[in-house]
Amino acid sequence: MKILVAVKRVIDYNVQVRVKDDNSGVVTENVKMSTNPPDDNAIEEAVKIKESGKAKEIVAITVGDEKAQETVRKALAVGADRGIHVKVEGVIEPLAVSKILQKIVDKEKPDLVFMGKQAIDDDCNQTGQMLAALLNWPQATFASKIEVKDKTLEVTREVDEGLETIEVNVPAIVTCDLRLNEPRYASLPNIMKAKKKPIEQINASDLGIDTKPRIEQIKVEEPPKRKAGIKVANVEELVQKLKNEAKVI
Amino acid sequence: MSSLLIAEHNNTEVKPFTLNAITAASQIDPDLHVLIIGHESDAVAKSISEIPNVKKVIHVDNEIYKNYIAENFTTVVTKHAENYSHIICSANTFGKNLMPRIAALLDTSQVSDIIKVISPDTFLRPIYAGNAFATVKSNDAKKCITIRPTSFEPAETSGGSAEIIKADGGEQSNHTKFIKKEEIKSDRPELGTARIVISGGRGMQSGENFKLIQEVADKLNAAIGASRAAVDAGYITNDHQVGQTGKVVVPDLYIAVGISGAIQHLAGMKESKIIVAINKDGEAPIFSVADYGLEADLFDALPKFLAELNKLNTIQK
Repeated sequence: MKILVAVKRVIDYNVQVRVKDDNSGVVTENVKMSTNPPDDNAIEEAVKIKESGKAKEIVAITVGDEKAQETVRKALAVGADRGIHVKVEGVIEPLAVSKILQKIVDKEKPDLVFMGKQAIDDDCNQTGQMLAALLNWPQATFASKIEVKDKTLEVTREVDEGLETIEVNVPAIVTCDLRLNEPRYASLPNIMKAKKKPIEQINASDLGIDTKPRIEQIKVEEPPKRKAGIKVANVEELVQKLKNEAKVI
Repeated sequence: MSSLLIAEHNNTEVKPFTLNAITAASQIDPDLHVLIIGHESDAVAKSISEIPNVKKVIHVDNEIYKNYIAENFTTVVTKHAENYSHIICSANTFGKNLMPRIAALLDTSQVSDIIKVISPDTFLRPIYAGNAFATVKSNDAKKCITIRPTSFEPAETSGGSAEIIKADGGEQSNHTKFIKKEEIKSDRPELGTARIVISGGRGMQSGENFKLIQEVADKLNAAIGASRAAVDAGYITNDHQVGQTGKVVVPDLYIAVGISGAIQHLAGMKESKIIVAINKDGEAPIFSVADYGLEADLFDALPKFLAELNKLNTIQK
């Protein structure tokens, strides 16, 4: 089996995001960037499947600017075999990303495509489902457990009410939840080795896909600030305030 | 043109988040039609027809829709989409799973998780887990929108009498099979929808000590949350995690106990109506978002807090 894993470079989850003074977006200059957290789970799962002997090759792909390649390099360091970097500048929406991924799937013919369930920058939660639609493949979203069977996957999904289990035929798209696994760290020798693994570069424009945004971002603002609160002296005062002032208990 | 909202239900009852989504959808377009896809789901169609905001109900009933499979629901929606300017549903795991599949087939760039309707094509939505709010305008002819349920009041459920129209389904997918659903049965409210949430952090020092949190949660009928630090330390399972990489919660009351207030945690709870922080470190960042801060040792404060609550006899359930 061959697994394609899509990864995205985003602002690190521990960074305090700041809105630009001109309200055109958030500050990304000189900010620590990392792989989108659930994309790490997607890579980890693919590597585990390969280690179990059920997959032969893992290809990591990213769509983004020059530096997006770092996320592919990281995926190579934890076990992906080779990488693809589709270069595109500026804002790119999930619909366009999924069209690019569709082209790559047509060429690479993977049996499975994994990615995180959501990117923590735009919080769209769309790309996996969109790719599944465009390919007319089954989708298993928000996966917290994946069992690889003969020509199917049994996937446990995180849903509002609890857990849902579905079976999807291969080829399929899986979007990964944080609970799927514990992503490993890359060892130094593997980071060195990853530098020698190949990353193919493709320009999005050469794929013949219109990546122009359909959604206009009019402005980005700070969320409303909370009013400064007070410190209470003791538990009795806290309970009185909650009961009589805030009226929430 | 009208708007089409896809209802979430269990073939017997409408799921509550659909009611919040209906409120938002009728702000986008008062001529709101609701699509119900299910099996032996007449009761659902009837109850939705009684919602005053709903102008028409389209009811697709077939045994292939007994369980919710996004692939099968999508083909029904795309078949009916032609007559509508907006396709709408709630931004919970139901809608998040479904809507992008529809949007891609309609070649529309979806607007996810809106918290405010500014106009029929312009919406407010949180990005970076609520650390920024983006005002966005969709330029697609047909718009696919998902609604953050907690940002809108639920619609009135009686007084309406919309027409119910039976309609045919769509193509069935043979590539996805429903196996089972395990609903987590808990006496406690669900973390994402609870009115009160009490969360513990690394300051709890052990999983055992979460008992102190549980006792207060039982008293307040609250859901139990945790910081990523507490989850990473193994004190509690990660389905309790509140934060950017966990659940985003917006309860009336959020009580943070032994949580310092890392950015990633604040992103998951700072929209709560009232925030209480109990922490022995007076400089902890959690105090900057707390309405009521108590600088105290939690092992001393929590038992006292419970004792004080027990003295009250008016706790709302």
